[in-house]
Amino acid sequence: MIIQALSFYLFSFVAIASAVMVISARNPVHSVLFLILAFFNAAGLFVLIGAEFIAMILVVVYGGAVAVLFLFVVMMLDISFTELRQGFLQYLPIGGLVGIVLLAELLMIGGSWVIAPATETVRSFPAPPIDQVTNTHAIGKILYTDYIYLFQGAGMVLLVAMIGAIVLTLRARPGVRKQKISDQINRRPEDAIEIKKVQSGSGI
Amino acid sequence: MLTLNQLMPALPEIVLACTCMALLMLGVFRGDSSTRPVSWIAVLALVVVGIVLTSVQSGRMTAFGGQFIVDDFAHFMKWLIIIGSSFAIIMSINFNEQESIARFEYPVLILFATLGMFMMVSANDLISLYVGLELQSLSLYVVAAFRRDSLRSSEAGLKYFVLGALSSGMLLYGCSLIYGFAGTTSFEGLATLFKGLGGTGPSVGLIVGLVFLIAGLAFKVSAVPFHMWTPDVYEGAPTPVTAFFAVAPKIAAIALFIRVLTGPFGVLIAEWQQVIILISIASMVLGALAAIWQDNIKRLLAYSSIGHVGYALIGLAAGTEAGIRGILVYMAIYLAMNVGTFCCVLAMRRTSRMVEGISDLAGLARSQPMLALALAILMFSMAGIPPLAGFFGKLYIFLAAIESGLYTLAIIGVLASVIGAYYYLRIIKIMYFDEPAEAFDRTLSGETKTILVGTTLFVTFFIIRPDIVVGSAETAARMLLAG
Repeated sequence: MIIQALSFYLFSFVAIASAVMVISARNPVHSVLFLILAFFNAAGLFVLIGAEFIAMILVVVYGGAVAVLFLFVVMMLDISFTELRQGFLQYLPIGGLVGIVLLAELLMIGGSWVIAPATETVRSFPAPPIDQVTNTHAIGKILYTDYIYLFQGAGMVLLVAMIGAIVLTLRARPGVRKQKISDQINRRPEDAIEIKKVQSGSGI
Repeated sequence: MLTLNQLMPALPEIVLACTCMALLMLGVFRGDSSTRPVSWIAVLALVVVGIVLTSVQSGRMTAFGGQFIVDDFAHFMKWLIIIGSSFAIIMSINFNEQESIARFEYPVLILFATLGMFMMVSANDLISLYVGLELQSLSLYVVAAFRRDSLRSSEAGLKYFVLGALSSGMLLYGCSLIYGFAGTTSFEGLATLFKGLGGTGPSVGLIVGLVFLIAGLAFKVSAVPFHMWTPDVYEGAPTPVTAFFAVAPKIAAIALFIRVLTGPFGVLIAEWQQVIILISIASMVLGALAAIWQDNIKRLLAYSSIGHVGYALIGLAAGTEAGIRGILVYMAIYLAMNVGTFCCVLAMRRTSRMVEGISDLAGLARSQPMLALALAILMFSMAGIPPLAGFFGKLYIFLAAIESGLYTLAIIGVLASVIGAYYYLRIIKIMYFDEPAEAFDRTLSGETKTILVGTTLFVTFFIIRPDIVVGSAETAARMLLAG
């Protein structure tokens, strides 16, 4: 148990610290790297509560794909981040005020939070039982049956996102020389080479 | 086990989804030269979906474990959406070719948006609500920026995307609070829960969640104070896209608004009624006042649509069967008026370029008397002058408000429509009494003309057989509130 508690505090501490670093690092590339660190620690927390599938997905999708994509975008776009940060102090008072109001409201809501007594039993005896079915299996079982509608709907959303990206950015540029393999193969020596007889010692 | 029979209620959606993907394949393999056939097949597919919808429909059914619901209400709204979407595709065919932005993705994206709207109308769960909404919005962001070489169109798309993402965030935040406090996302579960509360009010968290949900939905129907994106997006997007934005997504979002508030949250009417009343008043007043200073016709129509949403929300604030019936009738008439008006805007083309100034309409009565007559009828109807259809839309709404004792709302509504009449009548004055400007090119395609004539006739002769629309709206409203 003590190891679990220790790793919980370790993961949470590093996750929060790196989250702070994401917004305070001067160099945007460092920010993205800290973001990846935060994802890994969050994944560690998921492993601790026994949700290994979500933990792995977090590493693969967020750590692997999303964060690397961010990294590329940050490196390739020529954005002056110092310029973006200008005016930060200027907006701090009003932004801080809004933040404090929101926080107070959230605390008020949190105060009225009631946990239904039934939840405790559900939590201690999850269905399907955790020692019989791995949670990857359990998610798969409901994702493709009970939630098939939402799963397919989400698939449609992704398809539209893909079409949208292509529609808005793909351009047929003129003057691009593409490789035409059939033309290359069909080339015969007679079309390409001219044989000249050169008399020795006289030049062409 | 999922059997084929259980999928029957969702058959129209399944047909639509398959057609979308098949048309996408056709377009990809045949290239942009296939735009015209793809567009017409898309229109045909929408008609087929409508027929399937009518033949499958019988009473109230759920599918996919209660995440999806069909009833007469969904049926009515889906028909309006089909009409709006197919008109948007037909109107775009010639326009896109003239502006050399004809690409096969346009009809495909409109179909995807229609699918999203169908999912919204049939949502019976907070998650399916969100998935449908997102499918619709994502397609709309792309078609808003469809003329990607124009700065204004790209700006419209980007602005819509950023603000839309923000509103989706608010909506999701609301949903998560509701789920956190209620422990369920299903509408039936929520309804049972709230009925079980008896006299005690729900917890603060639920109310906050509900308010966030309303804010997110109000953004999608562009009600004040979440309307800021509307004029810019309407102005920047290509005209057929604007016509589409003005009708189909609004109808779908209003349907969602009605279903969420009268369904699961129906018992909590005391909690949300005041919010809706406020939004409604603000939309009507802003729609009436801000439109007066516009000189671009698309911006003017944007403010006019904000005003119309305000009137429609009066019916929701009433929360009664009469109120819901009023909204349904109003949205049907609103669809016809807006599609017709946008056909007229499409005709505003001079020396092969679109013009959008209201002053460009000057003297239209002399150069193109029939077009001017149609636009005049539509404008009179928008202003709510009897005996045209627009009057009846407002009549049913205001009657419902008075029946439920919302006198202030009804009075403000009448005052706002009187102020609003000014700018509608101003257009008519410019067309009939101002010195003629240069004539427009006569490039309106035959199909667009047919739509214009059809909608104008509907608006003019609605008075003869109002029972066709009103009757089905009444059954739809009754079924929605009975469940």
